[in-house]
Amino acid sequence: MPTVKGDGMRGLAVFISDIRNCKSKEAEIKRINKELANIRSKFKGDKTLDGYQKKKYVCKLLFIFLLGHDIDFGHMEAVNLLSSNKYTEKQIGYLFISVLVGASSDLMKLVIQSIKNDLVSRNPIHINLALHCMANVGSREMADSVGGDIPKLLTSGETIDSVKQSAGLTLLRLQRSSPEMIPLGEWTSRIIHLLNDQHMGVVTSATSLIEALVRKNPDEYKSCVSLAVSRLSRIVTASYTDLQDYTYYFVPAPWLSVKLLRLLQNYPPPEDPSVRTRLTECLETILNKAQEPPKSKKVQHSNAKNAVLFEAINLIIHMDSDPNLLVRACNQLGQFLQHKETNLRYLALESMCLLATSEFSHEAVKKHQDTVITALKTERDVSVRQRAVDLLYAMCDRSNAEEIVGEMLEYLESADYSIREEMVLKVAILAEKYAVDYTWYVDVILNLIRIAGDYVSEEVWYRVIQIVINRDDVQGYAAKTVFEALQAPACHENMVKVGGYILGEFGNLIAGDPRSSPLVQFQLLHSKYHLCSPNTRGLLLSTYIKFINLFPEIKTSIQEILGSDNNLRNPDVELQQRCIEYLQLSTVASPDVLATVLEEMPPFPERESSILAKLKKKKPTATAEGGEEKEKEPRTIPQAQVSTAEPAAPVPLQPVGNTAPAANTGGAIDLLGLDTAPAPAAPAASSGLGFLVDVFGDQPATNGVDDDSLTPGAEENFKKFFCKQNGVLFENDLLQIGIKAEYRQNLARVGVFFGNKTTFQFTNFTSNLVLADSIKSAVSVQPKAVDPVVDGGAQVQQLFNIECIDNFTDAPLLKISFTHSGQMQKLNLKLPVIISKFLEPAEMNSEAFFTRWKALSQPEQECQKIFKAQFPQDTEQVKQKVLGFGLSILQGIDPNPDNFVSSAILHTRNQQVGCLVRLEPNKQMQMYRLTIRSTKPEISKALGDLLETQF
Amino acid sequence: MMQFMLLFSRQGKLRLQKWFSAYPDRVKKKTTRELITLVLARKPKMCSFLEWKDLKIVYKRYASLYFCCAIERDDNELLTLETIHRYVELLDKYFGSVCELDIIFNFEKAYFMLDEFLLGGEVQETSKKNVLKAIAAQDLLQEDDALQDVLVEYGLL
Repeated sequence: MPTVKGDGMRGLAVFISDIRNCKSKEAEIKRINKELANIRSKFKGDKTLDGYQKKKYVCKLLFIFLLGHDIDFGHMEAVNLLSSNKYTEKQIGYLFISVLVGASSDLMKLVIQSIKNDLVSRNPIHINLALHCMANVGSREMADSVGGDIPKLLTSGETIDSVKQSAGLTLLRLQRSSPEMIPLGEWTSRIIHLLNDQHMGVVTSATSLIEALVRKNPDEYKSCVSLAVSRLSRIVTASYTDLQDYTYYFVPAPWLSVKLLRLLQNYPPPEDPSVRTRLTECLETILNKAQEPPKSKKVQHSNAKNAVLFEAINLIIHMDSDPNLLVRACNQLGQFLQHKETNLRYLALESMCLLATSEFSHEAVKKHQDTVITALKTERDVSVRQRAVDLLYAMCDRSNAEEIVGEMLEYLESADYSIREEMVLKVAILAEKYAVDYTWYVDVILNLIRIAGDYVSEEVWYRVIQIVINRDDVQGYAAKTVFEALQAPACHENMVKVGGYILGEFGNLIAGDPRSSPLVQFQLLHSKYHLCSPNTRGLLLSTYIKFINLFPEIKTSIQEILGSDNNLRNPDVELQQRCIEYLQLSTVASPDVLATVLEEMPPFPERESSILAKLKKKKPTATAEGGEEKEKEPRTIPQAQVSTAEPAAPVPLQPVGNTAPAANTGGAIDLLGLDTAPAPAAPAASSGLGFLVDVFGDQPATNGVDDDSLTPGAEENFKKFFCKQNGVLFENDLLQIGIKAEYRQNLARVGVFFGNKTTFQFTNFTSNLVLADSIKSAVSVQPKAVDPVVDGGAQVQQLFNIECIDNFTDAPLLKISFTHSGQMQKLNLKLPVIISKFLEPAEMNSEAFFTRWKALSQPEQECQKIFKAQFPQDTEQVKQKVLGFGLSILQGIDPNPDNFVSSAILHTRNQQVGCLVRLEPNKQMQMYRLTIRSTKPEISKALGDLLETQF
Repeated sequence: MMQFMLLFSRQGKLRLQKWFSAYPDRVKKKTTRELITLVLARKPKMCSFLEWKDLKIVYKRYASLYFCCAIERDDNELLTLETIHRYVELLDKYFGSVCELDIIFNFEKAYFMLDEFLLGGEVQETSKKNVLKAIAAQDLLQEDDALQDVLVEYGLL
């Protein structure tokens, strides 16, 4: 055991040793529980503890807490220590409060009283203890009740320096947490003048405070500029011996310098010419010093010196007014780009991004293009490569776009997965923005799809289609290029989409060449058809009908395909409907009508690139710094007013049928003349499916499941889990899937058990959880992979750790696929993770219930449902369901004993929502009335929708 | 401002945590877990800075201990490295070649030292001499306390 400093609490040291000697986690927990029991009994015991013992136990509790265990007692004892007349006891008390007591604690009043007492202590060390506690807790209540005394303490001539320092930062903390609590109007000038204080420590602390105040109220604090400049000037011209202990490894006051340089970044360049000259001199001196030989080989020296330098460069970039300084800054950063320290290369790339956006230094940054490209290719740390990508993006303009885009494309082939998607977006934006020749643009995007097809989001390929449609000079080229690209034996599905769309519109432009005759085009596209997802197939079907209009000579071949059994009876309703409608359209409509209906798409309205919007969403800050903010290049595609920015999907993708009417954004339906050719939609679809199942009667019905639709029965089984955690989610002849779930607050651990019921192996077994876009931000999932082989008769488990971040309505989709006896099997099931699983039952008495019930009286906070009973209205069963759903059953609140009154807390990461529920069965009518109230309307509704299905 | 500072061992054990803004406990736990994994996975020659959510992480390893700070976008990364270094120097001076065990057994001292050096996420006092002076003054009061205890024990007070 090492020596313990100071008075040493021996008991504490022994306890810490014990913990360290524990061989296992269990032993540690056991030891801790023993200690907790001991402390609890001491605190509860009759014998009054002396201060030392109290201190020792409180300190042990603190240690246990810091090990990661919850502590739910001892707070009162800690508060008692605050009023001890012994410093060490007081100090431990304050430490406990700072670390463990939240701002909302009931004890805060007592703590504040002690703080008040200590603030007027004669001993400055006691004052500082109180200040530190305020700065650590920083609650509104503190600001309100004691905050008012702090400005006086800070500016009074009688306060000693160390107290001023603490007071400055305490005030800063209180200002941050409750800015309106402490009016500083009368103190402004005195606070600003702290910049002139003789004590460097006081200035250091005051500068942070002033910077925070300036951000809120720049005008009021304007006079700090000249004081800050003169202070800075005195520091940078000081020799390192002048400032004694404030010199750090031969660098005079680096912390204060950086703070002053930051402070100045809140203002435009000083108006007063003498102040301005002085500041320029400071910045020049800092740049000059960077060129001097180092005074020490220690990394601390160079770090401190460069910290000041980078901050000076930030200020130069912020002022953006002195070309000389900007170019010098750029040259300096250029040197760092090849520095041996990774840290400096990283920071240089980052700062240069900012310089690239200034008109004065943009050209100077471009000189370093080759170095940056080399960095992209050779840096070993992905975070540095990421900076290089950002910088290339920022320095790109018309003159170097072709080269930069080329290099980025080349790098993309080997780029880290973590940055691919972002790179794809950036390349797509640059190519569009700086395209002189749109053939180049088309090439770039097709290359993107070829190289990184998986990372090309919808926005990117929508956009290339919009641009091709809108620019007739590129349409022929685009058709030729996609035709060539599609000839590759394996091409990405996104390529098929773009190819299908473009050929459908402009295939005629290349049809003259016998190598790309209509039939060749059609066959080429159709050769990909079977490999594609239903979505893409739908798009291809639209291309085919467009071909019928463009190339009447191949009409019969196309009609044959549209009319094939495989298509007309496709289990995917959407595909089936498209085939039937298109086939019908091609038969009944005259060529003239057909030509009108299937005319070339009209130009898309110009709008902001949805890709840019996506990048902004992905990296809000990075793009704000990035190059696209400056409009020094005239845009070839004028940005229209940012329209509602619905992603402009090329029309053929939109569902034709009435299966998803909401998605239709006009145009498409009329164009296709649905009115004249009514679709034999749903009934045909279901009978078609039935037929398929009959034909392949001995195969599991799940075989025909396409990519996204649910396996039959999935919905029903899913609903069975609303009121229970464990059970069988799915079962057929091959496979049984069981679920075992545990929920704690907003966290879930869901175990999925796959049991192979056959005697043969399942191979290529995969099981993935897919989150719909609507819930991606509301649920986070950490899946564990599952073994690709499941032996006959074996059971494997897959575990998902799930966190509920916010309310959500769609359950995650569990997609399972495997091969059994050479047959690919697919299942799409809904994983029964729903918002109500994160409910925690809460108990309350009748008074509390009614107070809350009345408080939630706004109409939108309530969700009421009246519905017919689906199950026998057995009181005991209903009770089990209510409990299983995660609600409490509160007794003695509703006078009618048949009614259920419940309350619960819904835990999400973002919020906790209290929910009150009343369920009233009416046995005569076999009806229920369900009423839910919560502070969040969406939650009342979500719970109502779920509960309604259960009784 | 600095949002928080974490000290953890190569084995991933958290040794000290200081939060300069109010975070709920479970956010603290999650953040700690995430960052320890993230930082421990990095190789020696890699850059000491990384982007994490909307914060910047600056870390440095001293013997078996990692010091890891989260700062805001506007904050200075290099200077944060030196803030870490200065804190290490302070601990070193106080404990006399500090090691991980000193921090484990005297965690409260490590906190008191940090309060003198950083407050509200900002550097309060950069002079090593002044910080150590403040701590020495605290220790002096502590000795007074101890003396008082002895006097009481012997019935002299």
